[in-house]
Order: sequence, then C-alpha cells, then structure tokens
Amino acid sequence: MNQPSVTEADLHAYVDGFLSEVRHAEVAGYLAARPEEMERTNAYREQNHALRALFSPVLHEAAPPRIASAMRHRSDRYGKYAAALLIALAGGAGGWMLHGALQRSTLLAKFYGPGTDGAMTVSAMAHQAAIAHLVYTPDARRPVEIGADQEEQLVKWLAKRTGADMHPPKLGALGYELIGGRLVPGDSGTPAAQFMYQDIGGQRLTLYVSTDQAQNKDTEFRFAQQGKVNVFYWIDGKFGYALSAGIDRGELTRIAYAVYDQLDTRPQ
Amino acid sequence: MQDERDRLIACIPRLRRYARALIGDRAGTDDLVQDTMERGWRGLSSWQRGSNMRAWLFGIMHNLHIDQVRRPSVATEVLDDDTPLPAARASQSDSLEIRDLESALRTLPDGQSEILLLVALEEMTYDEVAATLGLPLGTVTSRLSRARQKLRAHMEGRSAVSLLKAVK
Repeated sequence: MNQPSVTEADLHAYVDGFLSEVRHAEVAGYLAARPEEMERTNAYREQNHALRALFSPVLHEAAPPRIASAMRHRSDRYGKYAAALLIALAGGAGGWMLHGALQRSTLLAKFYGPGTDGAMTVSAMAHQAAIAHLVYTPDARRPVEIGADQEEQLVKWLAKRTGADMHPPKLGALGYELIGGRLVPGDSGTPAAQFMYQDIGGQRLTLYVSTDQAQNKDTEFRFAQQGKVNVFYWIDGKFGYALSAGIDRGELTRIAYAVYDQLDTRPQ
Repeated sequence: MQDERDRLIACIPRLRRYARALIGDRAGTDDLVQDTMERGWRGLSSWQRGSNMRAWLFGIMHNLHIDQVRRPSVATEVLDDDTPLPAARASQSDSLEIRDLESALRTLPDGQSEILLLVALEEMTYDEVAATLGLPLGTVTSRLSRARQKLRAHMEGRSAVSLLKAVK
C-alpha cells in the first residue's frame, strides 16, 4: 500500500483541525507509524490549549472604557477646544470673563436653590467642578489617574491626599460605569477628588468631591450651568458634591438622586 | 453606522487577548487596542462591507504594533510614591508551568509569535493569517513550524538545536 506523502504543513493543519476528514485520517495513519512525530503533534496541540488557557481569561475582563471611547464622532472633539479655551481664560487675560461666568452660575444657583450666606463659595465649588469636568473628560487616553480596575488603591490614595474616606458611588444601574478618579484643585488648600463615569455611548460624567465645605451650611440640590456642562451640587457636612455632565437636567437630576442616596446610606 | 460601531466594539475582547499575549504588559496592551479602535473607527470606510472585519482589524493592529516595535518610545508615565503598584496577576497564571509558557513565548521573534497566536488563540486559518499579516502563505506555515518547535524546545528545557537534530 502506498503511503500518502505528508508535509510539515500538513502536520500543522492536522494539529489545528484544518484538514478534510479524508486527509485527516491519512495523516493520522502516517503518525501512527511514527511515534516521535506523533508526540510532536501532540505537543503542538497541547501548546494551543495552554495558550488559550493562559490568555482567554482576558476575554472576560472589563475593557477600560477609554478603548470604546476611542471611537467618537468628530463633533465630540470640539469639547477639547472648549476646555483649552477655559484654561486660557483661567490662566490670564480672560479673568473678567471667568468672573462673569462665575456670577452667572451664582445667579443660577440663587435662582434654582435657596440662597444662603455661603452661596458665593458654594457656587465657586460648582464652578471648580465644571472646569475640572471640561479639562479631563475629553481626554481619550488618560482621563483618570487611577483606573476603576484599581478602585481599592484609588480610595486609599484619595483618603491619604484629601484626608477623608470617600468611595465612588455605583451608577451601573443608571448605565454609567466608573472609569476611575483623580485629584483636582479644591477651592481652598485641600485637594478635591474627581470620579469619572462613562456610559456605553462614551458620554462622561464626573463627581467632584470637596472636603473643606465645613464653613458652609448644608444645602439642598442646586443647579448651575457652565457652557454646555450642567452641574448639580450640594453640601453635606464638610463634604461638597458636584455632579457635572453635558446631559440634560432631567437625566442629571436622576443621577444626582442616586448619588445622594448612596452617600446618605454609607456610614461616614 | 451604529451597526459597524457595535461590531467594532464586539472585537475588543479578542483584540485585547491577542495584544496581551503579544505584548504582555497591561497598559501597553490597552494603548495598542485603543489606537487600533481609533484607527479602525476613522478608517471604517476602507473596510469593505461583507469582508472579514476581524482580519481587517487585526491587520490594523499588526501594522501599529510593527510601527511601535520599530520606533520604541520612552514610557512617559510619571511614577512617584503615590503610583499604585500594578494589580496582582490572576491566580491561575501563577503556576510555574504557565508562567514558563509566557516567558517561552517572549523568546520567539515577533514574526513567529504573531502567527502562532493568531492560529492558537484566534483559530485563524493559515490563509486568514497570511491575509491579516500581509505575508505569503508559505512564510506563514514555515514560521508557524519554527515557532512551535522553539516553544516546545523551551518548554522541555532543551535547546532548539538539539531538538532539530532529534527531529531530522
């Protein structure tokens, strides 16, 4: 009986299951008479299994949201210019315009919420939060300093730097997943924290948490607007919270309540 | 457009698995996948409807990776006392044998490990691998053969040379 000729490429196709049934049987017969080659093909098949076992867990990891947000419409990029403009304003000659914006948001705060003596300072916090939102949310690659995959380190690090124990609320039920967080300038010497979230469509929202609001009275929810960014903010003890996003007020309110509820039930 | 976007998103886990196997470190992997998605999204018009999106995307990733390997850049991440340590590796990768497999994989030249990984992880046919990497079919099969031989030799603690003699 003539032995069919078997090439090296056939052996690999045999290992990978690419041969027709007939050819597969022929190669199997060829190998049956050659134990060393049989052992070699077995080892190669084992390699395939081992490589899949080693790396397939990656398939089930949550991919960092920055990957999906790499796919954005061009119009989304304008946000970056808006942020750059704000930095330029904050940096120098545009001080008066910034002052104007601040007054406008103060007015809005007074309009939408009960005015208190601390109103100016409180809305300054909202303003800081809105700027931090505009600066960091358009960043596709490094929107946060520590990612949500290291939430425990993030919480520890923020506790160390802000002197307060704070945990990012979970907003998954509302479609927003935590990306991570970073330190941002507070309105006095103490740094504030910024937690960033993102929905499946790449829409980002930030929660700014300041820890030096003890001088201000507790407030109800207030609303402010900074360009396209809507901000809900409130004071609770020494904590000031500001939730910012470029989404409509109704949705932002819903999220603000969810944040508020979670902070309220957490033992401080 | 939404449909294509969803299809691109659906490829992310596979791209990450392959990139992790190819590069190893997590941050570098996600940077590469992110760049791939960005380029894929922008260049969606160059993808022909009905053709194999996975092969097209893996091809983009291959080209980006080649560019990076040719122009190694200095990591610019700022490290200080507050930088958290990388998250602990999954426990299943802690066994000696598996770590050994990963280090053996790193000893393969890029041109060989790419092919082995596309075959082993993605279960691509040799024709698909050839199309994805822009190589002749013969090159794919001969590199696959060398990669497997070298990996086996490494895993069995023998030098590739002595194995070659044993096989011949």
